Amino acid sequence: MNEKVISCKALTKRFGDFTAVDAITFEVEKGEIFGFLGANGAGKTTAMRMLCGLSNPTSGEAKIAGFDIYKETEKIKKSIGYMSQKFSLYDDLTVQENITFFAGIYGLSDKAIKENSVALLKQLGMEDQADKRVSSLPLGWKQKLAFSTAIIHKPEIVFLDEPTGGVDPVTRRQFWDLIYEASGNGITIFVTTHYMDEAEYCNRVSIMVDGKVEALDTPTNLKKQFSVTTMDEVFYHLAREAKRGE
Amino acid sequence: MESVVVKNITKTYGKEKKAAVNDVSFSVNKGELFGLIGPDGAGKTSIFRILTTLLLADNGSASIDGLDVVKDFKSIRNTIGYMPGKFSLYQDLTVEENLNFFATLFETTIQENYDLIKDIYIQIEPFKTRRAGKLSGGMKQKLALCCALIHKPNVLFLDEPTTGVDPVSRKEFWEMLQKLKKQDITIIVSTPYMDEANLCDRIALIQDGKILSIDSPKNIIQNYPDVLFAVKAANMYELLKALAEYPNRLMSYAFGEFAHFSFKENPNKADLLQFLETKGIKNIEIKEAAVTIEDSFIKLLS
Amino acid sequence: MKQFLTFVKKEFLHVLRDKKTLLILFGMPVVQILIFGFALTNEVKNSQIVVVDYAKDIASQEIITKIEASRYFEIRKSLAGSKELEAAFRTGEIKMAVIFPEGFNNQLLHQNKAQIQVLADASDPNNATTLTNYVSSIINDYQTELNQENPLPLQIKPEVKMLYNPQLKGAPNFVPGVMALVLMLVCVMMTAIAIVKEKETGTMEILLVSPFKPLMVILSKAVPYLLLSMVNVISILLLSVFVLDLPIEGNIFLLFAESTLFIITCLTLGIFISVKTDSQQTAMLISLLGMLLPTLLFSGFMFPIENMPLPLQWFSNVVPSKWYYIIVKGIMIKGLGFSYVWKETLILFGITIFLLIISLKSFKIRLS
Repeated sequence: MNEKVISCKALTKRFGDFTAVDAITFEVEKGEIFGFLGANGAGKTTAMRMLCGLSNPTSGEAKIAGFDIYKETEKIKKSIGYMSQKFSLYDDLTVQENITFFAGIYGLSDKAIKENSVALLKQLGMEDQADKRVSSLPLGWKQKLAFSTAIIHKPEIVFLDEPTGGVDPVTRRQFWDLIYEASGNGITIFVTTHYMDEAEYCNRVSIMVDGKVEALDTPTNLKKQFSVTTMDEVFYHLAREAKRGE
Repeated sequence: MESVVVKNITKTYGKEKKAAVNDVSFSVNKGELFGLIGPDGAGKTSIFRILTTLLLADNGSASIDGLDVVKDFKSIRNTIGYMPGKFSLYQDLTVEENLNFFATLFETTIQENYDLIKDIYIQIEPFKTRRAGKLSGGMKQKLALCCALIHKPNVLFLDEPTTGVDPVSRKEFWEMLQKLKKQDITIIVSTPYMDEANLCDRIALIQDGKILSIDSPKNIIQNYPDVLFAVKAANMYELLKALAEYPNRLMSYAFGEFAHFSFKENPNKADLLQFLETKGIKNIEIKEAAVTIEDSFIKLLS
Repeated sequence: MKQFLTFVKKEFLHVLRDKKTLLILFGMPVVQILIFGFALTNEVKNSQIVVVDYAKDIASQEIITKIEASRYFEIRKSLAGSKELEAAFRTGEIKMAVIFPEGFNNQLLHQNKAQIQVLADASDPNNATTLTNYVSSIINDYQTELNQENPLPLQIKPEVKMLYNPQLKGAPNFVPGVMALVLMLVCVMMTAIAIVKEKETGTMEILLVSPFKPLMVILSKAVPYLLLSMVNVISILLLSVFVLDLPIEGNIFLLFAESTLFIITCLTLGIFISVKTDSQQTAMLISLLGMLLPTLLFSGFMFPIENMPLPLQWFSNVVPSKWYYIIVKGIMIKGLGFSYVWKETLILFGITIFLLIISLKSFKIRLS
């Protein structure tokens, strides 16, 4: 299990004289759950946009699922899934319509869409809700559905931007069950979160401060490195040093 | 002395009459730091809007310092401070302009109540000529708090002030609230983060418009009915799957680096250990766990 | 009062710090005046005209030579009858016809005056005016030349006839139209957006919870736009007087008073939209479709209302800009006094009161 699905070297993004992402270097293995933490304004979103092929780096190199971040963004987009707290599904479409739409834009055949959505609804226990508008679902269900939809085309990597913000503790754990399962199926998970207990669920965690990756290791090793007992303290230790805001 | 009294408040929305707030009652004492703890969509914002006179409840009544939220809305608007969930200040005005504006709006000046906001304002004062839109999340929050405090309100309503804010800023924010409490201001704050509950005097756990429990965080934790264990192993996902299959299982779920676990009857660590070993789980560690508010919430939801 | 002033000051800061809005606010009137002014009254060159010379005498020949020498015209000579002329006008082949009657020179010499008939296609009113003006001035020149040698003053009178659009609707009349349009845009759209923006960012909640009267929130939002609109009125008038050479015939104070009334009408409309909508996009869309379009279509500024089907004519009566347009045209172009526009003013006033009442009625002191 050491196939690298994300590898970036000195990846940098500058806006004018502001360096949003400052030469970050790391690798993520296939099937790994990789926590991408940082204070507000540390450069997480910018870094994630580059990795998804949405914005061109100023310098440095990176390969996502084996594709070059400069030249093969179209191929990258086909092999990743994306879900964020802010936007995930269309509220005014039904559950089934959302699934069909997202599966459709990733070019799945009609037959595959049908099979996959049946399996997906069954896994989530939402068979009865298929024809309901997404707006009528509780937030937690929406987020679980959004995640399953984001991986319906079986991507190599799925990027999750604060997927569990505001979700109740039980649903949050159900959400993480989905993440574990996807990871077990070989899908790499790249996730940002503000919940420090969720950082513990990750295989490895990186913490960004002022555009740089200041720490990267397993949660256990990070706690050892900073001689503290919780990830909260690790984060606090690092982010306190941050000099810049959003 | 009771500062805020809520009696059987119900609020429904839309054609389907979906209840956002369902027969909620509670009261908050003067000078208390009271937390409404629950996920998004639990009804926290609706309760805040009803109490701040912005929304009319379908049923029930509420009062603030003896003033009715419907009849005496004008007097209430003079005496409360409110920081709405999506409050973003005026992005194109500077820190100082924002603060001045809100001070004048409430017929006061920055100087008059400077004591109250001093501790917080000092932290953002170096940036007072900077536009609010250019501040970091944590600083925006501090400014918003200053603006809500500038007229020395009797009751301060903070609707999810820490949502989307990183853990460092969250911690600082709560430290500020602790200081404010000493000024004898009643504070009602809502949050989806369970770990913040411990910082309140009393909390109401809320889900789907209903209050699950109201008490001090300490009492809520003490009243947890079961013995809770923390289990650790090499692979969390394998561990969770194995725990779910254990016959004498009441609850099991991930909790940070551990899995929390409770027995249906007669806690038996040795038996659990043996079971997990037969399932091929490695590096098992089982110990008794300290109950947290989050555990209580999960228990109440089940 | 201090609260009110602080609020107004804050509104000004919002406007002044938003460079893009500022550009629209003050750039738009200038651009529109220049576009309408120059695109429509641009110099006309090499227009096809027809000269029908029934006289064929020395005077007619001399005038024709002068017209030919001008770079504005391309002349076709013809002796065609009125039917052929009309056909040529209809197909747009020619823009103007100059007709010399039989015995032109004779008349001029013996009666000391003669007439030339000038026909112009006024479906393009600006073009028609320009062309007839050129011809008239050429004829005038000739007359002056003649009179230098002649002790008795000779008079050549060009008898100008506009075809298709005899009233020349739209000629210098676009200035009142642009004024209506700009005020509509600034007051309705900007006010609506400014208020709805507070709803979107959540600041409205704070304002409502404060002791500041909700109605005052709305009023203090309107004040800056009232003042900005006045600035716009002034800049449009300055442009039209000094750049387009269009003088203001009537009383300038009356013009300002009427403009203020119209601005208030627009502000109430803007407030009404803001009360009814929750997002900036919706507010913008409603303002554009619901306000600007009717102003363009039904104020009589671009399309003559008389030519519309009856139901649309009736509808045009509820469009405030129609009345404002009539008032401004009367005062600016025709130099009329209040006694001539009081009816329109009264109607505009009525509409304003009506809008004010319904927007105050629908204003909420709470969230929905």
